[in-house]
Amino acid sequence: MTQSGYASERETTEGRVFTVTGGDWDTVTGSVDPLSNEKIVVNMGPQHPSTHGVLRLVLELEGETVQEVRPVVGYLHTGIEKNLEYRNWTQGTTFVTRADYLAPLFNEAGYCLAVEKLLGITDDITERANTIRVLFMELNRISSHLVWLATTGMELGAISMMLYGFREREYILDIFEETSGLRMNHAYFRPGGVAQDIPESAIKKIKDFLVYLPKKLKEYEDMLSGQVIWQERTQGVAVLDVTGCLAMGVTGPVLRSAGLAWDLRKTMPYCGYENYEFDVPTATTADVWGRYQVRLAEIRESLKLVEQALDKLRPGPIFISDKKIAWPAQLAVGLDGMGNSLEHVAKIMGQSMESLIHHFKLVTEGFRVPPGQVYVSIEHPRGELGVHAVSDGGTHPYRVHMRDPSFVNLQAIPAMAEGALLADVIAGGASLDPVMGGCDR
Amino acid sequence: MTVEPTSSPEGANLGAPAQTPSSPQKGMFGITGTGDVSGFGGLVRRHPETAGSAKPYGGYFDEVTDALEEAYPGFADAIEKVVVDRGELTLHIKPQRILEVVQIMRDDESLRFELCSSVSGVDYLNSDARRLHVVYQLTSMTYRRRVRLEVAIAADDSIPSITSVYPTADWQERETYDMFGVIFTGHPNLTRVLMPDDWEGFPQRKDYPLGGVPVEYKGAEIPPPDQRRVYQ
Repeated sequence: MTQSGYASERETTEGRVFTVTGGDWDTVTGSVDPLSNEKIVVNMGPQHPSTHGVLRLVLELEGETVQEVRPVVGYLHTGIEKNLEYRNWTQGTTFVTRADYLAPLFNEAGYCLAVEKLLGITDDITERANTIRVLFMELNRISSHLVWLATTGMELGAISMMLYGFREREYILDIFEETSGLRMNHAYFRPGGVAQDIPESAIKKIKDFLVYLPKKLKEYEDMLSGQVIWQERTQGVAVLDVTGCLAMGVTGPVLRSAGLAWDLRKTMPYCGYENYEFDVPTATTADVWGRYQVRLAEIRESLKLVEQALDKLRPGPIFISDKKIAWPAQLAVGLDGMGNSLEHVAKIMGQSMESLIHHFKLVTEGFRVPPGQVYVSIEHPRGELGVHAVSDGGTHPYRVHMRDPSFVNLQAIPAMAEGALLADVIAGGASLDPVMGGCDR
Repeated sequence: MTVEPTSSPEGANLGAPAQTPSSPQKGMFGITGTGDVSGFGGLVRRHPETAGSAKPYGGYFDEVTDALEEAYPGFADAIEKVVVDRGELTLHIKPQRILEVVQIMRDDESLRFELCSSVSGVDYLNSDARRLHVVYQLTSMTYRRRVRLEVAIAADDSIPSITSVYPTADWQERETYDMFGVIFTGHPNLTRVLMPDDWEGFPQRKDYPLGGVPVEYKGAEIPPPDQRRVYQ
């Protein structure tokens, strides 16, 4: 273009600048290639409704196509691993439960299994404690997947799914509250067993839920699966095949949606999962649609597991019999949450000096764990949750590292989203089901 | 509430109570400075150095080590010791050899550790000069096996990044750098990942204090967690 046109041009450090004097706008815009010149950087998050909490994505866009994505995490880092080193082994459960807040019981389970392995008491955990753990982990898996369905539904335009998903999750949280006194962050699993036996009222609620949820699940599937918008937003979107998953370390439903039936409950069982009948659902599409199908199927498998666990539930102790490890107090749920049972307080304060000493030593000092290190991994709703625990022989953990699936899986966002549309970043990110509490710890 | 150094109880353990498996522990309560009247003040407890295990290791551990020895000519030089403890196999590797070892661990047909489950650090302060340990948990999906690789380096040393073999180690190495200050050479983007970019120090090191302020609870003043009495 020359000076004689309607727009003069000059070179600046920012690039070419056109001074338009009027008239032929088409000539001006025609000389600019919109694809190569309109690269913009968009900062999405950390405060954004569709990034699942405080995830920040820095996107480089050309038009609506994503050229580069860089996830930025760490906004919810609370130093859980460091804090554990200053508390005794039992207190650790109250910290780890706050990592991935949608699956608190899995954090507790992974941590407790690691401590128990360090202590060498894995085989001494009572049958009832293990059954309760399986029962509660599977209920927690259902509630976590329901939140996934709810938030993903909302992000892809199915707002009513959000309300339904959270509503059904509330039933499960009621069951947890009935038993542990808390809806979330239960600190219910303890090294050596579980803190509190399940009351009959909670068992009844679980049985009601087993009848209630399948009908609702069918409704939600009918509502979403046939929906053209839902199909368009999920099918063929954010594809990540098995090779990609393993390279990026992605496990859980995302890996299974690519066709590899890797589920630690089957392949490396713990808590007696080898005694349960269930299938590992897979898909072959490796896209968001596949992950949706896998998670729905997993809810149904978890319901089967809950039913079997209820059948297996026999009366018996819920804590290891070794009094050097077992929590001395019988806990009871009061109006303000879980605390020492009043009978126990009456006994140690009024009747038995030895009980008081024992209680005092174990509660203030804690038990010692022989030196060494272990790595325990369990199947979390989002993939492999690994706990690497190191003991120096003291009453506090020397080091605990949580390999959280959200943290590792989030690395795959660039692999899934680059080259696709901006809207697919939302769908792809949601399909990983990241929970930033777990990611940042 | 004012925070004064004198607000911690007399004789409490100040700073990070770093007890390592190999350093001796004195006393029962970590008391320094004042006389310990508990009667346990003279107690010295030593923890044995983690010793290497001898063959046979049992289970699949022999198969794994034999296969690695066969496939990797530098085995005798690269492996410092083999530890079998609590049903887990740990191979202690020389820092500069880690990349070669994981390459073979992933690619060899009889090993096939396809997944690098976890990379993290442990700081064994006061143990020896090589205080920082980097721990790799490898998973073989083909054989359903797990192996732990452990590398020990000095605080100002560096080790090769394994991101070229396992891309998943990217963020996990960044976290290890962020928390422990381990430098991974060859990492594409070794920056902090959880802490803010301008953060100083490496929080998970044992000589990095936890921090905190004393709080008042029902009239009593409770010192911050890292200044409370510690039962060792």
